[in-house]
Amino acid sequence: MSNDWYSDFVNSGFGKAIAGQVGLPPVPQLRRYEPGQPLLSGPALLGTATADGRVAKVVRSLLTDLGIEVHDDPNAAVGGGSSSSKVAAGIIDATGLSGPADLAEVQAFLTPVMRRIGPSGRILVIGDVPAEATSPAVRAARRALEGLVRSAGKEARYGATVNLVHVADDAVGADLESTLRFFLSSRSAFVHGQRLDVGTVPGFSGSSQGVDWDRPLAGRTAVVTGAARGIGATVASTLRRDGATVICVDVPSAGDALARTANDIGGSALQLDITADHAPATLLDHAQRHGGLDIVVHNAGITRDKLLANQDRDRWNSVIDVNLNAQLAINDALLGSEVFHRGGRIVTVSSMAGIAGNRGQTSYGASKAGVIGMVDATAPLLVEKDATINAVAPGFIETAMTKAMPVGTREAGRRLSSMTQGGLPVDVAETIAWFAQGASYAVNGQVLRVDGQNFLGA
Amino acid sequence: MPPTSSSAASSRPTLPRRAAIVGANRIPFARSNGAYARASNQDMLTSALDGLVARFGLAGERLGEVAAGAVLKHSRDFNLTRESVLGSRLSAATPTYDVQQACGTSLQTAVLVANKIALGQIESGIAAGVDTTSDAPIEVNDELRRVLLAANRAKSTAGVLKALAGLRPGQIVPEIPANREPRTGMAMGEHAAQTAAAWGISRTAQDEITVASHQNLAAAYERGFFDDLMTPYLGLTRDNNLRADSTLEGLAKLKPVFKPAGYPDTEATMTAANSTPLTDGAATVLLASDEWAAERNLPVLAHVVDAETAAVDYVHGDEGLLMAPAYAVPRMLERNGLTLQDFDFYEFHEAFASTILATFAAWEDPIFCKERLGLDEPLGSFDRAKLNVVGSSLATGHPFAATGARIVPTLAKLLHEKGSGRGLISICAAGGQGVVAILEA
Ligand SMILES: NC(=O)c1ccc[n+]([C@@H]2O[C@H](COP(=O)([O-])OP(=O)(O)OC[C@H]3O[C@@H](n4cnc5c(N)ncnc54)[C@H](O)[C@@H]3O)[C@@H](O)[C@H]2O)c1
Repeated sequence: MSNDWYSDFVNSGFGKAIAGQVGLPPVPQLRRYEPGQPLLSGPALLGTATADGRVAKVVRSLLTDLGIEVHDDPNAAVGGGSSSSKVAAGIIDATGLSGPADLAEVQAFLTPVMRRIGPSGRILVIGDVPAEATSPAVRAARRALEGLVRSAGKEARYGATVNLVHVADDAVGADLESTLRFFLSSRSAFVHGQRLDVGTVPGFSGSSQGVDWDRPLAGRTAVVTGAARGIGATVASTLRRDGATVICVDVPSAGDALARTANDIGGSALQLDITADHAPATLLDHAQRHGGLDIVVHNAGITRDKLLANQDRDRWNSVIDVNLNAQLAINDALLGSEVFHRGGRIVTVSSMAGIAGNRGQTSYGASKAGVIGMVDATAPLLVEKDATINAVAPGFIETAMTKAMPVGTREAGRRLSSMTQGGLPVDVAETIAWFAQGASYAVNGQVLRVDGQNFLGA
Repeated sequence: MPPTSSSAASSRPTLPRRAAIVGANRIPFARSNGAYARASNQDMLTSALDGLVARFGLAGERLGEVAAGAVLKHSRDFNLTRESVLGSRLSAATPTYDVQQACGTSLQTAVLVANKIALGQIESGIAAGVDTTSDAPIEVNDELRRVLLAANRAKSTAGVLKALAGLRPGQIVPEIPANREPRTGMAMGEHAAQTAAAWGISRTAQDEITVASHQNLAAAYERGFFDDLMTPYLGLTRDNNLRADSTLEGLAKLKPVFKPAGYPDTEATMTAANSTPLTDGAATVLLASDEWAAERNLPVLAHVVDAETAAVDYVHGDEGLLMAPAYAVPRMLERNGLTLQDFDFYEFHEAFASTILATFAAWEDPIFCKERLGLDEPLGSFDRAKLNVVGSSLATGHPFAATGARIVPTLAKLLHEKGSGRGLISICAAGGQGVVAILEA
């Protein structure tokens, strides 16, 4: 049983019957990742919008290499069934659009896909980067995909997700592998109605050759701040599951919970207030025990909610210090140190509140929007180290923090999303773990919402 | 080639070597019957070990040994350290043993572990100690115990009844352990009061030591000194005996206790503040060979140079119960060719403020040094600014067996922060014993 009574109720036999009669929104049970799980649980449909599509080939070889049944025709009979049998994924290569007229091909493919997609299925649209087009018609067509995907997201049911990946001109199919695997697998269970750009920061380099996809972080050392509890503790265990050695950081007063997190995953505990002047140096010093650092996850964060009319400087500064200044200071130290290895990954935690804003959260919203600015400016600086920086922006995630919310706010937070439920800490953690992969080298400067397509600021 | 064991011999390091202090963990110390009232010695020791394991990423590792002990110990805890390790995240293949040497317990376990490392018998080990005065064992009194054992031995029901018929109400009163010396029947404070009187230690001097201890500890917390030496426990994040706002004026108002027996003209000078309170807590320290630390890229804070244990005859002789360190230190100094002034830090366990002041007075006294220590010159005084610079037992509290494992890493970290130097540790213990040691960085 979760702590979400509504979801438990409408998913019980009795609840399902009642909910159907009175029209309560269904709460789909999301399929989530477990080690060894196949990428897709059934056949896939793979379409191409134009003859110039440049990614369908790599998608096809990825899927067929994994033994997945792939059909080009969205109306094909699959799995020995009929032309209406359920599919696990519908993927359309919509690169090479020459103008809005080509969008009809995308529609023609997705319409049957929307009818056939199974529970927790994956619909993925892959397009070109609008900003890279100079022709108004081309750019319009490229941009149109975003409106299509975000709207389709609101129509999808039973935990199916619809997402858009933009591929830069500089990127080739192979640069997409970790991203395809993420969006198709159940690691992206709560990522819905979103857009992600691959290869948009020039100069990236890396490879996904020889990756052990069951343990993509093997041999890497990671730092997770705010790891004593909540999302951070789950990030730590998820990185461990994927093979990393994890240094767990939290304030000294949370040291006992921190020790449990660290011992549970055979990591080490570093009691450190990330706002301390010596924090960057102490962090790097501790990391030398593990031979250096590959991954830094800036997860520690606080809220000190107050209406702007009642705000005061100390309260304001405490939020900006933890959520923003501490990250900036640590990133500066990482950029200037050999301890942070070539090919390193920085992942930071923004928030829906940093995108959409939230009443009572001017300081928090400012800090979390600031994080996005930090990601934008830091991404190109990291290229010379073959490193990347990206952010997750969680929506409503079920943690001790959200459990303490008033019932009304909590219920609204959960239901006002296409998924009609809150996400789990592991949904944020999976996204972070994917950003942290060596094979995600072409994903840089991105902010990805993990919010089940929350209606706030969408 | 003759069948020698040359390959085995060559794997041995050059011996003896100095054991390294790698780091430590303790839980905050809690005043008796407070925050840890429901925690057992095993609970506290296990938690302190787990914090150490987390700090150094030792989950599942087999260490050379864990040596620990408690002073107030339930009989069921005969294997306290083993049970704690089995309940911890260390590998169950880590051997353990218990040691009990009153307040010297965990300095002694540190010496034992260090010596095995020095001899190459082990590469790593944890020295630890724990005590609870809240969950202290309560024993039935001896009379009742005899009756119950006789009943247990009886073969028939009638025999059992006959044995139990011998019970008297007075026999059922339990014995609660008291901080008393069995051979003198005197409380430790009464002994300390006599020593203070004998050496003419003033109330003000004791209160000055006390205020310094609290202020130094508070400042150390403020600068994060304990961030990598401590892990919170049961809601406590700092020693709750700490009174950061201690002042001489405030302490002067306290009513003194322990009128010194045999000194009719001397006023009582000892108070609840300049004596350590009963405390619960646990402390651990990780020792290793330099090689073991280097393999794991772990820091070496300091090395154990030497140690000495002394005992005095406080029963028949006329030496004070807590004066053994006054004898142990000069013996250790002599062996190492050092003087009392050759140290950068002095870590003296403050059982009572008067105890360390009496020890210092004795070392400045030519007669004591000549007659008791056999020295031509007194040891003299040292720079008090180097004494207990981050506080000691008066402020932290003193869970008896945990104090050594609190002090060893404290000094090691001070030396490490300074970059190089030498420090002296001194701990007095019940039974007229004292354990002292030298660390260097
Ligand atoms: N829970 C949600 O719904 C949600 C939504 C959006 C964003 N987030 C973000 O996700 C992150 C984790 O959130 P959570 O819900 O797990 O919160 P949480 O409060 O449960 O955990 C945050 C952790 O950070 C630690 N921390 C705070 N200040 C620190 C400092 N100065 N130095 C080191 N550690 C410090 C805390 O001690 C705590 O253990 C935060 O950045 C938060 O803003 C959460």
